[in-house]
Amino acid sequence: MDKPIIEIKNIGKKYNITHQRGGYVALRDVLMNVFKSPFSFLKTKAKQVSGFEKKEEFWALKNVNFTVQKGEVIGIIGGNGAGKSTLLKILSQITPPTEGEIVLRGKVGSLLEVGTGFHPELTGRENIFLNGAILGMKKKEIAKKFDEIVEFAGIGKFLDTPVKYYSSGMYVRLAFSVAAHMEPDILMVDEVLAVGDAEFQKKCLGKMEDITKKEGRTILFVSHNMEAVKQLCPKCMHISEGRIKNIGDTKEVVAKYLGKNQTGQTKYFDSKRKKNEVEILKMTIRDDEGNINSKLDMSKPFFIEIEYQLKVELQSFVVLKIFKSSDPSTFILFSLSNDNNQKSLKEPGLYKAVAKLDPLLNSGSYSVLAGIATNATNYLDRVIEHNIISIYNSGKFAFPVVETTRENSLTIIPLKWSIERIK
Amino acid sequence: METTVIRPRKTFSLKDIKELWQYRELLYFFTWRDLKVRYKQTFIGVAWAIFQPFITMVVFSIFFGGLAKIPSDGVPYPIFVYVGLLFWQFFSSALSDTSMTLISNQSIITKVYFPRLILPVSSVITKLVDFFIATLILISLMFYYGYMPHLSGLLILPLLLLITFMASIGLGLFLASINVKYRDVRYALPFFIQILLFLTPVIYPASIAGKYSFILALNPMMGVIQSARAALLGTAPINWLLINISLWGTLVLMIFGTYVFKKTERYFADII
Repeated sequence: MDKPIIEIKNIGKKYNITHQRGGYVALRDVLMNVFKSPFSFLKTKAKQVSGFEKKEEFWALKNVNFTVQKGEVIGIIGGNGAGKSTLLKILSQITPPTEGEIVLRGKVGSLLEVGTGFHPELTGRENIFLNGAILGMKKKEIAKKFDEIVEFAGIGKFLDTPVKYYSSGMYVRLAFSVAAHMEPDILMVDEVLAVGDAEFQKKCLGKMEDITKKEGRTILFVSHNMEAVKQLCPKCMHISEGRIKNIGDTKEVVAKYLGKNQTGQTKYFDSKRKKNEVEILKMTIRDDEGNINSKLDMSKPFFIEIEYQLKVELQSFVVLKIFKSSDPSTFILFSLSNDNNQKSLKEPGLYKAVAKLDPLLNSGSYSVLAGIATNATNYLDRVIEHNIISIYNSGKFAFPVVETTRENSLTIIPLKWSIERIK
Repeated sequence: METTVIRPRKTFSLKDIKELWQYRELLYFFTWRDLKVRYKQTFIGVAWAIFQPFITMVVFSIFFGGLAKIPSDGVPYPIFVYVGLLFWQFFSSALSDTSMTLISNQSIITKVYFPRLILPVSSVITKLVDFFIATLILISLMFYYGYMPHLSGLLILPLLLLITFMASIGLGLFLASINVKYRDVRYALPFFIQILLFLTPVIYPASIAGKYSFILALNPMMGVIQSARAALLGTAPINWLLINISLWGTLVLMIFGTYVFKKTERYFADII
């Protein structure tokens, strides 16, 4: 076998957490500190120099080892802040590792964001060239693929319009289209399919599939979208707290990851969000027997509980939306709590809202958006939990004729039918 | 097949220069973008590149040349001050653009890898284009006042441009690196540039300082402007010692700036 195309040896990335107040330090602040308390300033400086300073260290990645063979497509999954993006940033040389070594045998292209370097004042045509160059394409290469890019983006007659006049959909389409036409040996993609409308997402996914299958390229694909990962990547890696937790066949890794994520723990939300009026504290999924459980039998009802703190007297209601993580723009279910006119519910205090959901969702995993709002557009607080609900088919669902449910139907609702002979 | 090895620390190496060459098209595109975007949605467009130095020259000629009667080495004041302004504006605008370039391209730096040196270099090149546009005024002024430059004078101009280029990029790289962490640069620099204008013989001849004029020689732009006047207007014989001081001084400055830049470069994306 050839040498692996990517070798990652013992990679670690350390960040020093400094207790900085603002986004950046101004020299003035430093000087002020010196004048205010010259003694303690000297002490900290001396500590820094002598290495006795107690630094708060944070290892975003630690002891990461793996190799990738040519032509492999590997999905990288993990919770927020697990280190997925840091890994891609190191691999694409945006930031250096603190320790370890990486060998990349081939031309690297990275796509951490669509439309990097797009300039609003430039036209679509000009941005294609600029963005292409930023992504590492040669001018000749871009010129050769120009028509393809334009066609895929579907921007036709707006080609010579400055992109600042584009709709956000057009903008994203053009940006993705340029990126999709890169031809590196190794491609790294970070959660870029999460943009655009559902139809375009599908098109992007299709394009990604083309790239991976037909052209035999090596790809690392970071995503929260399990469906996409399953569809694109035969192999998958789960990163958690900066370490590789699990690596192997995608189905197994994803199942384990979702399983771990969904043993039915109550989700607590960060209390640092500093909401003034109302704050959602936690979300709990319970099965029909009242146990905390987010693996649910599709033939039984279940409950979503939302606990929130009302800090001021306020008339509000709870909003609940259920959607597939792969398609956040289409809600399968939308519901509002409607008994909010009672005076007792306006007073400050701790509240628990419970919604009962009858069996209607097909098997699969679903995400929940919960919010507290005063009207349809004004959310005082809202939280999104991806893949918090996982519905399985226990076989109890009564379909007399068809045994398996169709994968592509989002809902399975036992409708009342009546059939009679009319002639 | 190209192989990349990523390791924790990398000091300046020959590989960087090779890499810079590989990315030359990006250098072209950044320069092209800056030129293209600059005068978008303006009414008179590129004319701004001529308008600014021209008006400055007119105002300076009225107040400093006409009313204050500042000596100009026997040359009509407008053309005297314009030669100074031409180089000065190239230097000062390149310097301020270079030191801001990392901040203004922040979103690209944190998302894509390319040799970061490309950004400051492209901003200096952009200003060089402005310089050439503004030269048109100088040519018309020379015609108007009937000055013919010596051939040897014209030959020295590229050298003077090189010195200005190295001075602005050397100092610019240093400031750009600091600017990533300490945004004070943004406030200090315009002030610093304004002060420097008066410490450089732009609106007055260096001879005004008499026997102390050697102190001004520490400022590389003094050498450039002084020599440009000597070459184009024949105000004095070309002072090769002065040019040498400026040339070597700015070369050291550029090496220093590049060193600081390369040393901090890898962490830009983390702290910007």
